[in-house]
Amino acid sequence: MSQFVQEKRSISPLFWLPFGAGGMLSALFGPALILITGILAPTGFLLPQSFESYDHARAFAQNPLGKLVLLAIIALFLWHGAERIFLTLKDMKAGPLLNLKYATYGVAAAVTVVTVLLLLAVGF
Amino acid sequence: MPEAATAVKTVELKILRYRPASDERPAFGSFKVPYTEDMSVLEALQTIKDTLDGTLSFRWSCRMAVCGSCGMMINGKPQLACNTLLRNLPPGPVTIEPLNNFPIERDLVVSVGDFVKKIESIYPYIIPKEPKTVAEGPYLQTPAQLAAYESFSDCINCMLCYAACPQFGENPNFIGPGAMALLQRYNGDSRDGGQQKRLDTIHGEDGVWSCTAVGYCSEVCPKQVDPANAVNQNKTNSAFDFFLRFLRPGGAR
Ligand code: SF4
Ligand code: FES
Repeated sequence: MSQFVQEKRSISPLFWLPFGAGGMLSALFGPALILITGILAPTGFLLPQSFESYDHARAFAQNPLGKLVLLAIIALFLWHGAERIFLTLKDMKAGPLLNLKYATYGVAAAVTVVTVLLLLAVGF
Repeated sequence: MPEAATAVKTVELKILRYRPASDERPAFGSFKVPYTEDMSVLEALQTIKDTLDGTLSFRWSCRMAVCGSCGMMINGKPQLACNTLLRNLPPGPVTIEPLNNFPIERDLVVSVGDFVKKIESIYPYIIPKEPKTVAEGPYLQTPAQLAAYESFSDCINCMLCYAACPQFGENPNFIGPGAMALLQRYNGDSRDGGQQKRLDTIHGEDGVWSCTAVGYCSEVCPKQVDPANAVNQNKTNSAFDFFLRFLRPGGAR
């Protein structure tokens, strides 16, 4: 019963793990983030005055833990969205696979790199 | 009371027919049979075969959603014919087609050979962690250990989930939901030691990674097996295995 040819290992886990982690994060924090940054902050409702201040935001981005949070939220959300959109476009046969990959994973990778660079650039 | 000549209620079935010897391609045939309140789609098909057209071909055996042989597309949805009552379908003709995504052998009979091969490929039996002699007694299991895999052992191999799966439709080599449920039935069994062997059979693109988490398979499953959950658990397992293999002696394949 062992005459079955073993298939080559797929590299999908490399894309699926960030996708899964991003899905978990976005389910946990996405709604709260939309509420805080999308509704409460612009209307100034329920939040302390200093919340929107530039210094406040910069201090958060300069804190190593804050950097990690920002990176995880930005990059993993994107990798999650990229995988979903890629699979949808692939199912719709929207174009050659390589192009679709560039348009989705490529964007996620580029934004991840830019985020890392910016987080380093704002200093500690 | 005068005897009113009650008109016999009938139901129309539009059935996709294909007889390989005479038909160039599948085409619909229409049949009308007397309707009763307690009639299943399977009974309607049997009535057709008994009274109208003996050549109509379909599979069935148990008539009670146990054997898994009577799966077909009923009004476009994969369902068991014996488990689907006519009275629960919308009024009007009922459309019956062979299961989606499978080659038609004849009328409503599809070819199951590839599916059986997939099931065989995942080692569908317990591979004991350590062999025991009869004298050493049985392998014991707690209720919690049983619960870990029990729902996956309810699969009746009806292949409805395969007919529901767009990825299997795209790629017939995809191992598919039903075989993954069976794999999880053994991998989740506390007596079993074959997890690695089975994971090795599904780590490719045609394995667990063809799934895009559509989830329709679990929706159509007549036994609440939740094959999508089995696939998802094994995505996690296979993803960890991707990295953990480097820690295994000789495992970096
Ligand atoms: S998982 Fe459900 S739908 Fe799929 S073959 Fe088993 S019983 Fe049928
Ligand atoms: S006849 Fe056995 S499942 Fe329908």
